[in-house]
Amino acid sequence: MVSSSPAGARWLPKLVVAPSFVLSFLFIYGLIAWNGYLSLSASRLLPNYEFVGLEQYVRLFDNERFHVALVNMGIFGTLFIGGSMALGLLLAILLDQKIRAEGLLRTIYLYPMAISFIVTGTAWKWILNPGLGLEHLVQQWGFENFSFGWLVDPEMAIYCVAIAGVWQSAGFVMALFLAGLRGIDDSIIKAAQVDGASLPLIYWRIVIPTLRPVFFSTLMVVSHLAIKSFDLVMALTAGGPGFATDLPATFMYAMAFSRGQIGLGAASATVMLATVAAIVVPYLYSELRAKR
Amino acid sequence: MKNIPIRTLAAAAALAACGLAQAGEVEVLHWWTSGGEAKAAAALKATMQAKGHTWKDFAVAGGGGDSAMTVLKSRVVSGNAPAAAQIKGPALQEWAAEGVLANIDDVAKAENWDAVLPKAVADVMKYKGNYIAAPVNVHRVNWLWANPAAFKKAGAKVPTTWDEFFVAAEALKKAGIIPVAHGGQNWQDFTTFESVALGVGGTEFYRKALVQLDPATLNSPTMEKVLTTFKRVKGYTDKNAPGRDWNLATAMVIKGEAGMQLMGDWAKGEFVAAGKVPGKDFVCAPAPGTAQAFTFNIDSFAMFKLKNAENTKAQKALAAAIMSPDFQEVFNLNKGSIPVRLGMNMDKFDDCAKQSAKDFVATSKNGGLVPSIAHGMAVAPAIEGAIKDVVSQYWNSDKMSAKDAMTRIAAAAKAQ
Repeated sequence: MVSSSPAGARWLPKLVVAPSFVLSFLFIYGLIAWNGYLSLSASRLLPNYEFVGLEQYVRLFDNERFHVALVNMGIFGTLFIGGSMALGLLLAILLDQKIRAEGLLRTIYLYPMAISFIVTGTAWKWILNPGLGLEHLVQQWGFENFSFGWLVDPEMAIYCVAIAGVWQSAGFVMALFLAGLRGIDDSIIKAAQVDGASLPLIYWRIVIPTLRPVFFSTLMVVSHLAIKSFDLVMALTAGGPGFATDLPATFMYAMAFSRGQIGLGAASATVMLATVAAIVVPYLYSELRAKR
Repeated sequence: MKNIPIRTLAAAAALAACGLAQAGEVEVLHWWTSGGEAKAAAALKATMQAKGHTWKDFAVAGGGGDSAMTVLKSRVVSGNAPAAAQIKGPALQEWAAEGVLANIDDVAKAENWDAVLPKAVADVMKYKGNYIAAPVNVHRVNWLWANPAAFKKAGAKVPTTWDEFFVAAEALKKAGIIPVAHGGQNWQDFTTFESVALGVGGTEFYRKALVQLDPATLNSPTMEKVLTTFKRVKGYTDKNAPGRDWNLATAMVIKGEAGMQLMGDWAKGEFVAAGKVPGKDFVCAPAPGTAQAFTFNIDSFAMFKLKNAENTKAQKALAAAIMSPDFQEVFNLNKGSIPVRLGMNMDKFDDCAKQSAKDFVATSKNGGLVPSIAHGMAVAPAIEGAIKDVVSQYWNSDKMSAKDAMTRIAAAAKAQ
């Protein structure tokens, strides 16, 4: 860049970015730090800055409900991330076969993403309710012995949350992959076809590997969705039966806002942040290193 | 029988007079946003405006007050508290311990609150012997709502003991009626548990176990019996109960799909709204074995410390207005609860409310008046939540034994 004043050229961009940098530093990192301090304090009903060290974390990991929430996050996260990625990729590949009415199908699959998790949760609550939805319908068709009561079974309810989550997010993942597929150079595929490679082999050995960057950015998006999942559970099961479908986010809300345990809530929020960081930091590190 | 002492009238007149001389503003945080409740809040607003004060509404809907509490916390922390906020039970003590509530003893003395409130209720409204809140109403939690037509069809009678309860439930089941309408949400599980504990264990046990959290009582054979009885009730609910809202469960009783429901007297509003007449279309009876007891759930307004003198005056006028007989009557007629003042005229109320008021007076004398644990009246929110978690898990789990549940409830009671 040729500039009349080299000093201005050096300072202007920094000056333009400064306000947003200060704001985000204060309101994101500042509040993360504040939450971190609250998790080391004796806060109960209101913030209280008496330092108690790791006591809240000890209480947190003694709390059986939090263990249930962590296990649920593992089950839900695995199924939600794995399910929506696999289904999304499959849909994208199928849509990429130059079929008719692709625009229409793409819209249909992408549409669930346009509605909020609250609506998804409520709709699936009705669909999966044994007395109202699927089970009732199939029984009315004459299959008297059909039963599908996962939603009211404490052991299985978390899988219902995963089903609803995958249904909502698969279309979004599909759109991302489809954009990636469209960006692949045709000549490579043509060359492979000339060499006599079958279509599945082309996808497996050439197309999917070239989607790597798309794959990672999609993983980022869905994994943080999984960890901060809150509204879906609230609408679908409200954490029930009992607290069988509690997730760290719903646990945090209950502790911090209904039970006057701000310190405990802050500790669980910190654990959630650490979980997200464990996924994002290595990724950022590898991305930034690759650029050099 | 109108027995308002001259003193009260004089005090009210004095308050009104100074209100007219120097009007202040009261900002009131509440979550009375549904039909009958909103009418009741409007009555309070009109009372305050008649005294020349300005009413600033601060209604926050939804979340059983969770969202309201969050807003309130941020306001209090930033030094901008409203005059009054809807807070109840031991949560009042927690707020008072934070040093943000005002002492309203002068109002209480002028209005003679100690004489018109049962001691059990007055104690909840005080922190270290000083009044910090004004009670609004009394909900009774230990009710059993029944559909007489369903009982007739099953040839059963409305139960008065837990043994009779299971006989009736069995008969209803044979007649193809869902015996117990239940909504599987943790607070509803807990409401059922509370009534079972009171009916099976009696008031003394209830007070020791669920109010004083005495470890020996929590680990006693009586507690085990309470838990097994509680779990037996589940066998008479339908399998679609999890997640069902309480009013949908009440609708099942109204329609005769279900025979009975254990729920507080807010359920009456649903029956009345459906055009049903108490005693004819539905029966309200004390929960089995609890005729001599009364689990109270009382809404109250905590008064916050204010900086402005005029607003403090208005706040005191509000406290007096909340406890005035006229407001107590209007409000409770709309809300379906009963007045918290003793010795009120109950002519305008329905039979269920009259029964409730009669039992409220009787139990306040014989010690059967106990705070509801499921509705935030007995123990601090954190302990209540921890016990609620265990109770709800026990209700929903096929693996947990009564002994396990007992051990874990005792552990939850110490979860501080």
